[in-house]
Amino acid sequence: MTDTTRPLEVAGDAAERPATPDPARPPSGERASLSRDARLELRARPTVWIALITLLLMTAMALAPGVLTSLLTEGGDRCDLAHSKQGPSAGHPFGFDLQGCDYLAQVIRGTRPSLIAGLAVTAASLLIAVVLGLLCGFYGGWLDALVSRVTDVFFGLPFVLGATVILVAFPDHGLGAMILVLTVLGWTTMTRIMRSQVIALAGADYVRAARMLGARPARLMVRHILPNAITPVVVVAMLNVGAVISGEATLDFLGVGLQYPEVSWGLQLNAAQAFVLDHPHLLAFPALFLSATVLSFILLGDAARDAFDPRLK
Amino acid sequence: MPAQTYPWGPSVVWRFVARRLLHALPVLLGTTFLIYTLVFVLPGDPIQGLAGDKPVPPAVLAELHARYHLDDPLWVQYTHYLTGLLTGDLGTTFTGRDVSELLADRWAVTLQLGLTAWVLEVVLGMALGVWAGLRKGKWDDSAVLFGTTLVISVPVFVVGYLAQLVFGVQLGWLPVAGTEGGWPLAYLLPGLVLASFGLAYVARLTRSSLIENLRADYVRTAHSKGLSRRRVVVRHTLRNSLIPVVTFLGLELGGLMAGAVVTEYIFNLPGVGQQLFQSIQLREGPVVVGTTTALVLVFLLANLLVDLLYGLLDPRIRHD
Repeated sequence: MTDTTRPLEVAGDAAERPATPDPARPPSGERASLSRDARLELRARPTVWIALITLLLMTAMALAPGVLTSLLTEGGDRCDLAHSKQGPSAGHPFGFDLQGCDYLAQVIRGTRPSLIAGLAVTAASLLIAVVLGLLCGFYGGWLDALVSRVTDVFFGLPFVLGATVILVAFPDHGLGAMILVLTVLGWTTMTRIMRSQVIALAGADYVRAARMLGARPARLMVRHILPNAITPVVVVAMLNVGAVISGEATLDFLGVGLQYPEVSWGLQLNAAQAFVLDHPHLLAFPALFLSATVLSFILLGDAARDAFDPRLK
Repeated sequence: MPAQTYPWGPSVVWRFVARRLLHALPVLLGTTFLIYTLVFVLPGDPIQGLAGDKPVPPAVLAELHARYHLDDPLWVQYTHYLTGLLTGDLGTTFTGRDVSELLADRWAVTLQLGLTAWVLEVVLGMALGVWAGLRKGKWDDSAVLFGTTLVISVPVFVVGYLAQLVFGVQLGWLPVAGTEGGWPLAYLLPGLVLASFGLAYVARLTRSSLIENLRADYVRTAHSKGLSRRRVVVRHTLRNSLIPVVTFLGLELGGLMAGAVVTEYIFNLPGVGQQLFQSIQLREGPVVVGTTTALVLVFLLANLLVDLLYGLLDPRIRHD
């Protein structure tokens, strides 16, 4: 179960080193900026395109599951127990689930909670990380000491174990509560990275110069430090989306996440576990969709890290 | 070990140990406090919440409120809970059995599984990483990168069932489930599954660290003074490249033991994680909370231990 927290750290080795502004960057800006280089490099990578197309498909399934199910399956909303657990066939490429519902339709419907959880948890964690990281890194002192200790405490709780202990105490939770819990447990890595970035930049010459020119703390933080500090955090955030999706599915699988009659990949995998040997399609299709989504976010994060890190060039 | 053997005297070492222990104390207190607050203090009646769907008679509710000091102020409640934890009291099941007693003979299985997975991560992960790093850009490097990315993206329970189907059922190389084969045979497949994620991560970390170090000036110096490639890689580059890997592996030991829930369930290993899974399915709230707390404590203590050991081995950490 530790797996779900660890993609965060995949970027950690590169991300924790502060991205010092490239000294060789010419003053003319747009011509050869790091971000332009990065855009060009990203565009040239086939994996980036594959990941983007996969995620677009997943987003479409999350936004309009009804349209896709009616397009792709015959009578996708009808369930007939007589078809229970039947394997793939023409007209029903994914076969049927336990209740005899078309599995393709069910898997498409399962996309939404995963994507919402991954994106919402990451967005909330990113917001917390940016605000806390800026304040703590910039001001230091007692605020920094306090927040660092609190971060240590939350960091000491393994992701899935922490979520299990909390969610079990509230049996009637929905997706909203899960997002809240996963955010509470998941904001620490990004906050630590953001803080170390800000600390490294707060003493940089260009920030000191801006301060001497009379810039106020708020302006220093938002206009001068933030743009240079945010890249590694955004990279980790991309990897984090995959980690959260995987974690949410694990919690569903364990039986502490979403509960029936909700539809999600984790719940489908949970239902499939008893029939793995005789009906492997029950496991294969949600697992395929889940892995493809997580993989896409990881590929995007990896590519972004490579593109934005000048030391790897 | 006698501290006097260190040339810099005992005081540095003991100061380091004391500092780390002092640092760990608030984390231990904070984490247990967090679990306690989140489970018992948030709105909604905790007893009803832990009982799940079953209705709780008012008399039982009052009795349990009194027993768990739920009507006292928060800090009094937490003190009672903490005293219980310190004396090994993890709470009781619905039938009145001690949770710690329930877990007692399960720790060995979890420890064996965690250690097996850890050894696999160390051996296979590092070997793959070094191999890929030395052959950067070649087809086998790409294969390692592709494979590890794939393993990182596939959830552990899918990896588990897949491994069971392929190695256990189709090929019949290893036991499908259970502990009948004894250690290490019965633990190899679940160990590999549990290790899969960390293994991929270790391989990538070793690879990138090695590649970065191979470009360093001191490596070029070693090459230019005529050392063999083997000696440059093994004696000069590898030693420096493995520092981040060793850091990760140290913290991984606790994580593997705490993270074995899914693996123990899939492979039917009677460990602590399997107990947790079964209690979740049975909606036995108190057992879930007690078991999770125990696993979190093991995780934290293992990390503290590794941290101390690591500081004793590496002087730079001791002097930070």
